[in-house]
Amino acid sequence: MKKAHAARDRFLSVLLAVLSVAWIYPVVMILLNSLKKETAISTGTAFELPTAETFGGLANYAEAIMSQGFLSAFWYTLVITVSSVVLILVCCSMCAWFITRVKAWYAKALYFLFVFSMVVPFQMVMFTLSSTANRLNLDTPYTICIIYLGFGAGLAVFMFCGFMKSVPIEVEEAALIDGCNPIQAFFMVVLPILKPTLISVGILETMWLWNDYLLPYLTLDRTKGYMTIPILIQYFRGSYGRVEMGPMMASIMLNIIPIIVVYLLCQKHIIKGVAAGAVKG
Amino acid sequence: MEKAIKRFWPVFVIPTFAAFAIGFIWPFLQGLYLSFCRFITIDTAQWNGIQNYIYALTEESFLHSFWFTALFTVVSTICINVAAFAIALALTRGIKGTNVFRSVFFMPNLIGGIVLGYIWNILLNCVLTLLGKPLLSLHAPYGFIGLLILMCWQQIGYMMIIYIAGLQSIPNDYLEAARIDGASDRQILWRIKIPNVMPSITICMFLSLTNGFKLFDQNLALTNGEPGHLTEMLALNIYNTFYGRSGPSWRGYGQAKAVIFCVLVVVISVIQLRATRSKEVQQ
Repeated sequence: MKKAHAARDRFLSVLLAVLSVAWIYPVVMILLNSLKKETAISTGTAFELPTAETFGGLANYAEAIMSQGFLSAFWYTLVITVSSVVLILVCCSMCAWFITRVKAWYAKALYFLFVFSMVVPFQMVMFTLSSTANRLNLDTPYTICIIYLGFGAGLAVFMFCGFMKSVPIEVEEAALIDGCNPIQAFFMVVLPILKPTLISVGILETMWLWNDYLLPYLTLDRTKGYMTIPILIQYFRGSYGRVEMGPMMASIMLNIIPIIVVYLLCQKHIIKGVAAGAVKG
Repeated sequence: MEKAIKRFWPVFVIPTFAAFAIGFIWPFLQGLYLSFCRFITIDTAQWNGIQNYIYALTEESFLHSFWFTALFTVVSTICINVAAFAIALALTRGIKGTNVFRSVFFMPNLIGGIVLGYIWNILLNCVLTLLGKPLLSLHAPYGFIGLLILMCWQQIGYMMIIYIAGLQSIPNDYLEAARIDGASDRQILWRIKIPNVMPSITICMFLSLTNGFKLFDQNLALTNGEPGHLTEMLALNIYNTFYGRSGPSWRGYGQAKAVIFCVLVVVISVIQLRATRSKEVQQ
């Protein structure tokens, strides 16, 4: 019985190892191709390893970084992601605290509205949202975080409310009795307790924001050159007669590498965050 | 305490609510109104009654994209959840290297839809060229299969994490008691593990159904709806109706389609949550 178990486990290990290699392969393939010379890249040869003749070094990367405003797109993506995540974490946790602690019809109605907004597809509001943003001057990378706060509030409030229910109310009451006002109580007592939740929500929102395509594409004022990396990658195909595959693959890698680095550094938090988010949901 | 918090409501609620009003409530209501109008910009909207809806519901490409999306969603939901659950089962047995496998399977989730679409576009076109078959954008069934592979590759890892968390939260006593009573592995799976991870199944079904229905970025980057709108899913169809054509009537049609789409997603989510919630057991 034991032997059969061990054999099965070994078989499973091998199977999973093969699967994992298959799982990484697409990314490795792009990496290898991005190192080839532009002329050596074609549809039929993507599987071939770069050889001495076709190896182009980092030329594609240099071209991708120098051209097309890549650096500014990278900067804008970073600004949008960081500002929106911070804003969402602070504002939505406050709002969620209010909703869970105040037992009134309007708190429930608000909660229902937020949950509803999670289900509504973006296409429903894409036109009206982008024209509202333009009218209110929220179409720059520095102000679009307000749009993101509005459209991303649903998930964040929902998750915070789920966790907030398990925060002991006594601690907050003690803080209020000791003379804190609710704002102090929230920032000095509740937020520290919520730290794991803040990390989970922050991770989920970052994954969404860094990769979001349609919202910034429709909202950002492109006449002023505001782009994010996903928009830039989409442009590689649209703006040329022939797609420049080399620089495109290089910019794909440049988009993936920061994420993978962050992932390797804090995968424990990320995986826990995803699991926690789902369980509370 | 409640009173004290209530007095400070402007501080707690107004920032989020104001942004929510700008970013969701107002665009949503305006979108609802515009679905009954002919318009190019909002200021020039003219009331048009239910014409837009009549057009949308009789347009062939919209109906096609509905069936395409529905088929894709059903097939991908089944594939993703079965595979994710199987991998989660394998990874909760304490095999060596579990953490590495878990990290690898989750990795594609960190990459955005547009980028994923291009990666698979390159890879699948290469496979098809080597096999001497037509490219992705020339043969609709390949587009469907390509989208399916792409979505499985991306989503299995995410659902796997949720299933692992669910499986690990089953109290060990249950499993031990079952083993002492002489239950086989299969009985343990069907009678103990699956009923106890029903909450995870609910949430995974919900996520994969809504993700499938709302799929846009991957569709745009992988096939862009080609050949001839045959692999166009609902979200992309709406987008193309809106921005792909000029003339005052198209935006109204697009907005009406979006409202229909929205109702569909909401109804499906509610039905699915009701159906699987009722199967959950209390621990």
